[in-house]
Amino acid sequence: MVNLIWAAMALIGIVFAAINGTMDEVNEAVFKSAKEAVTISIGMISILVFWLGLMKIAEDAGLLAKLARLFTPLVRRLFPEVPKEHPALGYIVSNMVANMFGLGNAATPLGIKAMEELKKLNGDRETASRSMVTFLAMNTSGITLIPATVISIRMTYGSASPGEIIGTTFIASSLATIGAIFIDRYYYWKRTRGGKR
Amino acid sequence: MMALVQWISLWLIPAIIGFILLYGTWKRVPTYESFVEGGKEGIHIAFSIIPYLVGMLVSVSIFRASGALDYVMRGGKPLAEAIGMPPEVIPLAIVRTISGTAALGMTTDLIATFGPDSFIGRLAATIQGSTETTLYVLTVYFGAVGIKKMGDALKVGVLADILSFIISFFIVLFVFGK
Repeated sequence: MVNLIWAAMALIGIVFAAINGTMDEVNEAVFKSAKEAVTISIGMISILVFWLGLMKIAEDAGLLAKLARLFTPLVRRLFPEVPKEHPALGYIVSNMVANMFGLGNAATPLGIKAMEELKKLNGDRETASRSMVTFLAMNTSGITLIPATVISIRMTYGSASPGEIIGTTFIASSLATIGAIFIDRYYYWKRTRGGKR
Repeated sequence: MMALVQWISLWLIPAIIGFILLYGTWKRVPTYESFVEGGKEGIHIAFSIIPYLVGMLVSVSIFRASGALDYVMRGGKPLAEAIGMPPEVIPLAIVRTISGTAALGMTTDLIATFGPDSFIGRLAATIQGSTETTLYVLTVYFGAVGIKKMGDALKVGVLADILSFIISFFIVLFVFGK
């Protein structure tokens, strides 16, 4: 599926460029975006090192387990495959908390770490497990409490009340997250009903 | 209200750092050593993301630079108008799933053009704030740990984005009116 979409985007783009005469732009875009991708990845080193270092202290001190225990009833229901008090749950919860507060750069390392733990639970297979799909679904719609970037843009353009979209963002993202969980559950149900996996 | 938000965003990160360090020290964790040990992983993760991100961004940018994306977005307009959605936000809704930087640029542009307190301005802000760039999250999270078969993740993510967009529209309509 990903292979198909990935190849299709590039192929459609090339055919489209041939028809529209935008081949120059495509050539430029290829090298510019490849460079951008490396810049982003390298730029993430500082954030990854810092937050993963800090969270390691939190993990060693038992803070993550505590955080996970606090949300146990909720998280257990969402991720029934993950054993109780497994570090994965701690990382999942802290990723969600970081996302809520708009700490995108703290959320990413935590999310990656959660994925890593989930992969270990899945016997290090290269296929996404049920919990991984659930975690991703929740992450892409992520509950947001403070959309900091958007507020600052609104401030720049002279909004009378830059923060007034906090409410709508929170409600919309919460409802979308609930919806995402249902969509995820529907596909899980579809997968298992067929007797696959 | 605004002062509170600014105060929170100023204090939040230092407070988290302070709390973890204090708690770690109190629990007799070798804080510095733990930090270094955990941090090392970050380097490895950052490097392993590179091929995934290069692949994804190049493909997306070919699609965008060729003009194919604009074409798709034009196709979405009649659909949006049918349910009373301003067609100006359709490009944002589509791009939001694919490219975070492009979406942020579009949001800024919409807010600048229509004003932050217009219906379109508020809707753009809500869309931008309430979802993540699904393709990016998918690439980075799965790339970092070497997941090659994504299962239903992409389908679920894209459907969730569409849902989130529709919900945003109705919430903004309901709270602020047109």
